[in-house]
Amino acid sequence: MSLLQISEPGTSPDPHQRRTAVGIDLGTTHSLVASVRHGVAECLPDGAGRVLLPSVVRYLGEGRRQIGWDAALAQAEDPENTIASVKRFMGRGLADIANRDKLPYRFLDAPGMVKLQTREGAKSPVEVSAEILATLRHRAEDTFAADLYGAVITVPAYFDEAQRQATKDAAQLAGLHVLRLINEPTAAAIAYGLDNGSEGLYAVYDLGGGTFDISVLRLSRGVFEVVSTGGDSALGGDDYDRALADWLLQRTGLAAESATDKAAIKMLARQVKERLSDEDALDVPLSLGGRTANVRVTAADFEAVTQELTARTLAAVRKALRDAKLQREEVQGVVMVGGSTRMPQVRRAVAQFFGREPLVNLDPDEVVALGAAVQANQLAGNNPQGELLLLDVIPLSLGIETMGGLVERIVLRNETIPTAKAQDFTTFKDGQTAMAIHVVQGERDLVADCRSLARFELRGIPPMAAGAARIRVTFTVDADGLLNVSAREQASGVEARIEVKPSYGLSDDEIARMLRESFTTAEADMKARALTEARVDAERMLLATQSAIDADGQLLQAQERQAIEQLMASLRATAEASNEAGAVEAAVQALARGTEAFAAQRMNEGIRKALAGRKLESL
Amino acid sequence: MDLRTTDFELFGLPQRFAQERPEIDARWKELQREAHPDRFAAQGSAAQRLALQWSVRINEAYQRLKDPLRRAEYLCELRGAPIEKHSNTAMPGEFLMEQMDWREALDEADSEEELDALSQRVSVRRREMLQRIGELLDGENDARAAAQQVRALMFVERFGADIEERLAQLGQ
Repeated sequence: MSLLQISEPGTSPDPHQRRTAVGIDLGTTHSLVASVRHGVAECLPDGAGRVLLPSVVRYLGEGRRQIGWDAALAQAEDPENTIASVKRFMGRGLADIANRDKLPYRFLDAPGMVKLQTREGAKSPVEVSAEILATLRHRAEDTFAADLYGAVITVPAYFDEAQRQATKDAAQLAGLHVLRLINEPTAAAIAYGLDNGSEGLYAVYDLGGGTFDISVLRLSRGVFEVVSTGGDSALGGDDYDRALADWLLQRTGLAAESATDKAAIKMLARQVKERLSDEDALDVPLSLGGRTANVRVTAADFEAVTQELTARTLAAVRKALRDAKLQREEVQGVVMVGGSTRMPQVRRAVAQFFGREPLVNLDPDEVVALGAAVQANQLAGNNPQGELLLLDVIPLSLGIETMGGLVERIVLRNETIPTAKAQDFTTFKDGQTAMAIHVVQGERDLVADCRSLARFELRGIPPMAAGAARIRVTFTVDADGLLNVSAREQASGVEARIEVKPSYGLSDDEIARMLRESFTTAEADMKARALTEARVDAERMLLATQSAIDADGQLLQAQERQAIEQLMASLRATAEASNEAGAVEAAVQALARGTEAFAAQRMNEGIRKALAGRKLESL
Repeated sequence: MDLRTTDFELFGLPQRFAQERPEIDARWKELQREAHPDRFAAQGSAAQRLALQWSVRINEAYQRLKDPLRRAEYLCELRGAPIEKHSNTAMPGEFLMEQMDWREALDEADSEEELDALSQRVSVRRREMLQRIGELLDGENDARAAAQQVRALMFVERFGADIEERLAQLGQ
C-alpha cells in the first residue's frame, strides 16, 4: 500500500508536502476534533453537522459500541455499560475517586489505575478514552479522505504525570501519532491570542466538565510563555451537577439508590443547571424509585449550593498569581474557557475577582480544539514560517523519597519545560550496594501526601563507607511534560533508568494486548496494521530528511550527502518491497542513525543564527 | 557552540553580574525559537533528541541568568570561588545578630501589615546586598568576597520565602 496524501489546492507552498494534522480536545463531557483548512482552524462536524461528540461510550455486547450522542441518551437506560466522564478516572486509583458511591458504575480496583466492569468485561479508562479518540480520528479521516499525519491532544494543565501518560496511551491505542500533548489553557490562549493579536499578561480560567485550570501567560510576538499554572484536576461542571442533585434530593426527600436513578438524577441536574444559565427559576419534576415530587429551583439557590466550588477555583487563581509574583491588576485580560464558564455565577465571580469583564467572544466549547489544531498544523511542518512558540511549564513538583518518608523536590512546579535537573544523594549504611529510588509528584513534604509515580532500584554500587557513594539522580521532563528518571553512581558508573510508567501506566505489552482485543482479532490484521504503521513512519522520516536537505543541504560534504541519500533510497525501496514491519523499522532506524550528525549540525547552525541576529541588532 | 559553553556565551551576553532582564528574556525566546523540540516535531527521533538536549540547556541557562542570586553564584563559581552552600555556612556575627532579630519579628508578626513591613525591610537589605555583590564582581573583581556576600544573601532569600509563606497562609 502506498500512502496517498491529498492536499487542498493552493493552501500550501508545496502541495505534495501538506500533511493532515488535527487538534483534539478530549474533554470530560464533550470531545472535539479541529483542523486548519484554508489557513483557518475549524472544528470538524459529524455527518449530522454536530461538532461536539459527547464523551460517552456504551458497550452493547459482542464487540459493538455506541459512542457519542446515542450513548449519552442511553445513560439512564443502561447505566453500568454506558461510561460518561471517563476523563475523571484517567491515571487514578480506586481510592482517588471521590463520590464513587454516587456514580452508577461498577468500579474494580486494579494496580495503578481503576477499571470499570461492563458487559464486555473490565475496561480501563484508557480503553474507553481510546474509543472516543478513534471516533474523532475516523471523523477527520473521512473529512479529508486521507490518513492522519498526527494529532495534538490537549490535557488539563493541572494533569499530573499519571494522567498525561494515560492520555498518551489512549491516543496510541486509538492509532494516533501524538505530535504533542499540550495544556488546554495554553491551547485556548493560542486561539485567542492569534485572533486578537494580543500582547501582555493574560489569565485563562478554564472550568470544564471535570477539571479546573488556571494559567497565567505572557504573550509577545507569537510566543506563548506560561508564567504559572494551577488548578484542580477533580473539580468541574460535574461537581456543580452533583451539588444541585444533592440539593434536589434533600428538598424532595427522595433518594437515588439504583444505578438507573443515580444516572437519571445526574442527567436531570445537568439539564436544570443549563437552563438556569438563561432563566431565573424553574419548576423541576422528579421521579425516582417509584416516587414523584416537584420542586422550584431559583438561580440564587443554585448559586448558594455551589458557592463553595466557585470559591475553590478562586483560591487556585490566587495561588497561581502568587506563584507568578503578580498582582491581579497586572493581568490585562481574562479568557473564559470550558462549557462550565457559561454559568452566570462563575462569570460574575471571575469578573469581580479581576475587576474586569472576562473575554467570552470565542465559543468556550470549541476554543481549546481550535488552538490545538493551529499547533498541530505547525508541528506537522505545514507552516514553516510559523511564528508560534509555546513555552509551557510543569504543573506539579517532582521529587524523590529520602530518609524518614520525606520528599526532596528536584524539579519545582512552574518550571519551563523541557527541563532536566540532577541532584546527588548518598548511601545510608556502610557497604550498601543498592539504593531504592521512589519518584513522587506533589507539593507536600511527606511522601504519603504526594502521588507515587514509580519505584526503581540502582544495584551494583561498590561497597563503600556510608555517605561515600555519590549517586546522581537526573529528572528529564520532555516537551509533553512527561518524565524520565535516571540514577548513576558517579565513581563506578553503575546506572539505572526508568521511563516513569510501569507503576501506574500501561506496559507496552498491555497496550499490544488491548490493541489486539479491541480493534482486531486475527493475527493477520495485526501484522497488516504493524506494516502500515511502519510504512507511515518511513514516509514521515523520508519527508523530514528531504526537507532538512532542502533547507540546509549546504552544511553537508558531498560524501555525507551521498551517504544520507543512499540510506533514503534504501528505506524507500524496503518500504515498497518488504511485507515485514521489522525490516521497514530497521531501515527507518538506519536512516535515523545516519542523519544524527546532520541534525546536530543544523541545530548548531540555528543557535549560531539566533546569536548572529542579536549582534546585528545591537550594532 | 556546544552544550558545554557557559550560560553567558550561549546567550551572547558579557560575562558580568550587571544584566538587563528584558535582554535576557528576549535572548531566551530567540534561542528557544531555534532549538525547541516543537521546531523538529516533523523531523524524526534523532532531531527530537538533540532538540530536547539543547532546549533543556537553554532553559537551564535562563533560570540561572535571570535570577540575580543564582547569576552571582554562577559567576563566583566560574571565577574559582564556588559557594559550597552546604559545607560553608560561617557568617559574620553581626549578620547573624540581624538574622535573629528578623526571625523574632517574624515569630511575633500576626497581621498582614506587620508581615508587609518586615518584607519591606528584607527587600531593602536584599537590594543593598545585590548592589554590593555587583561591585565586588564587576568592579573589584573579588570573587571570594562576593561569594561570602552570596552566602549571606541566600539566608536573606530563605527568610523572604518564609515571610511569603506566612502571608500566603494569612491570605487563605
